[in-house]
Amino acid sequence: MSGAAKLMPSVPLTEPAATAVSIRNLSVRFGDRNNEFTALSDVSVDIPEGAFVTMLGPSGCGKSTLLRCVADLVHISDGSISVFGQSPQQAREGRDFAFVFQDATLLPWRNVLDNVRLPLEVGKHAQTGNHADPHELLAMVGLKGRENALPHELSGGMRQRVAIARALITRPRILLMDEPFGALDEITRDRLNEELLRVWQETGTTILFVTHSIPEAAFLGQNVLMLQAHPGRVKEFMKVDLPFPRSLAVRDTVEFIGVTAHLRRLLEECL
Amino acid sequence: MSHVVSSAAKTGADRKIALLDATAGVLAKHMPAIAAAVGLVVLWQFVVWAFKIPTFMAPSPVDVAYAFQQNAGILWTNMLPTILEAFLGFVFGNLVAILLAIWFVHSSTAEKAFYPIAVFIKAIPIIALAPILVLIFGNGLAPKIIIAGLICFFPTLVNMVQGLKSASPAMLDLMRVLSASNTEILWKVRLPSSMPFLFAALKIAATSSVMGAIVAEWIGSSFGLGALIIEATYNFRSPLLYATVVIAAVLAVVLFFIVSVVEARMIRWKPAGSH
Repeated sequence: MSGAAKLMPSVPLTEPAATAVSIRNLSVRFGDRNNEFTALSDVSVDIPEGAFVTMLGPSGCGKSTLLRCVADLVHISDGSISVFGQSPQQAREGRDFAFVFQDATLLPWRNVLDNVRLPLEVGKHAQTGNHADPHELLAMVGLKGRENALPHELSGGMRQRVAIARALITRPRILLMDEPFGALDEITRDRLNEELLRVWQETGTTILFVTHSIPEAAFLGQNVLMLQAHPGRVKEFMKVDLPFPRSLAVRDTVEFIGVTAHLRRLLEECL
Repeated sequence: MSHVVSSAAKTGADRKIALLDATAGVLAKHMPAIAAAVGLVVLWQFVVWAFKIPTFMAPSPVDVAYAFQQNAGILWTNMLPTILEAFLGFVFGNLVAILLAIWFVHSSTAEKAFYPIAVFIKAIPIIALAPILVLIFGNGLAPKIIIAGLICFFPTLVNMVQGLKSASPAMLDLMRVLSASNTEILWKVRLPSSMPFLFAALKIAATSSVMGAIVAEWIGSSFGLGALIIEATYNFRSPLLYATVVIAAVLAVVLFFIVSVVEARMIRWKPAGSH
C-alpha cells in the first residue's frame, strides 16, 4: 500500500498551489429556443491544484452537469473552462483527467486487470510509457489477487474500486467523480470514503467529487462547492476546517457536526 | 517407480469413473425428456398397429427404422448438398446482416434508407421467392444458398442492431473521456456487448437455415433432402419420407447445438450489475 506513494509526484504543501480548473461565467442551456432549460447560469470558481473539492446541492442544481462540462462531455453555452490552461477538449485528449461514474461502467467481458488496462489500449495516447502499474494500483485499492475475476463476480464496492484503479492508471492530474459511491450501502461507502482520502494523499491528484450526501461532502472535502437550483448557480464555496488525515471517527466530533449543520442550513436555503 | 505407475493407473481409473458419473448425471437430468420421447414412439407404434393404419398413410416407427437401413445411401447423398446449402446460407446471410447492422449503427441515414427495404424483403413469403430465384440462378446450389441466407438474414439484422445499441450511455461516456475513436468503440464496447443478442439470433438462424434449404429444394430440384421429400411423397414411399424428415430435424438440432456450444465458450460474462 505504501508503495503507491511513488505513483504520482506529490505537490509540496508549502508551494502556492496553481489553479487546476478555472471556471469563468459558465452557462449551460439545453433544448431548442422554444423549450429551453438553463442547467447552469454564470458559474465561476477556481479549483486549486491538489485540492479535494466536493460538490453538493439539491437535485437539479447542475452539479453533475458542471462536472461533465469539465470532462468535455457537455457542450458549454457561454463562459469558459480552463483545465491547467487548456480547453476541456485538449485536456481530455491529453489525458489530464479521469472520470469515475456512479455506475462502475466496467466492461463485463473483461477481467479486473484488463478493465484497469483499458485506458492504455484506446485513444490517442495509447501505449505511452508514462502510466502506473496496474498491479500496484489494484493492490492500493485492496484488490490484490482478484486480477482475473470478472465484474459480475465482484460486489458493488469492489467494482467501484476497480473503476477507481482504472481512472488512476494514466496518472491523471484531476479525478472527476460523479456520485461514485451513491449506489453503495453505507458501510461500504464509509470504507471507500476513507480509502479515497488515502489515495488522494498518496497520489496528490486534484479531486472534484459530486455527492448528495452531506456527511460525505464534509468528510471528504477540503472545500465544499454548494450549488443551488433553478437555474444552477454557486451558493457558496466554503472551506471545511477539519485537519487531515481524517478518519471516520472525525464524524463524531463537535467540529464535524458543526460543519454538517451549516451545510444542511445552506441546503435548506436553496429550496 | 511402481508407486508412480500405480498412482497413474489409479487416476486413469478415477477419470473413467468420473466420466461414467458425469454421463449418468446427464442421463438422470434428461430422464423425463428421454422417457417422454420413448413413450411417444411406443404410443405411435401401438396406434399404427391397433388401428391397422396402412403404411403409405402413416408408417410405424419400425417401418421408418427399416427405411433408414434400406435407403442409407440415398439419404446420405441427399443430405450432403442440404448441409452445404444450409451452412453457406447461414454464413453469408448472417455475415451480411452483421455488416449491415454495423453500418446502420454508424449511419442513421443508412438505417432510415435500408431498414424498410429489409422489412419488405422479410415480408415476401419465402416460398413465393423460391421460383423467382430459380428462374434467375438456375437449378444449382446458388438459389438454395440465397434462400437459406435470406431466412437467416432478418432475425440477425434486427438483433444485431439492438445488440450494438445496447452499450450503456455511461460506457460510451467513458470511451469519450478516453478519446476513443469510433473503431475502438466498435471493437472494445459495441461488438462485445452485442454478442448475447447475436447468439440469440444465430440460434434461430441455425434451425431456419435448414428449413430454407429444404424449401428451396422443393422447387424443381433433383437433389437434397427437399427433393427427396417431394419424391418420396409422390411415390407413396412414406417410410422414406419420415426418415428424411427425421434427418432434417436432426440436422437442425445439431446446428443449434453447435451454436449453443460456441456461445457457451465465448460468453462467460454476465451483464454488469447482475450477480
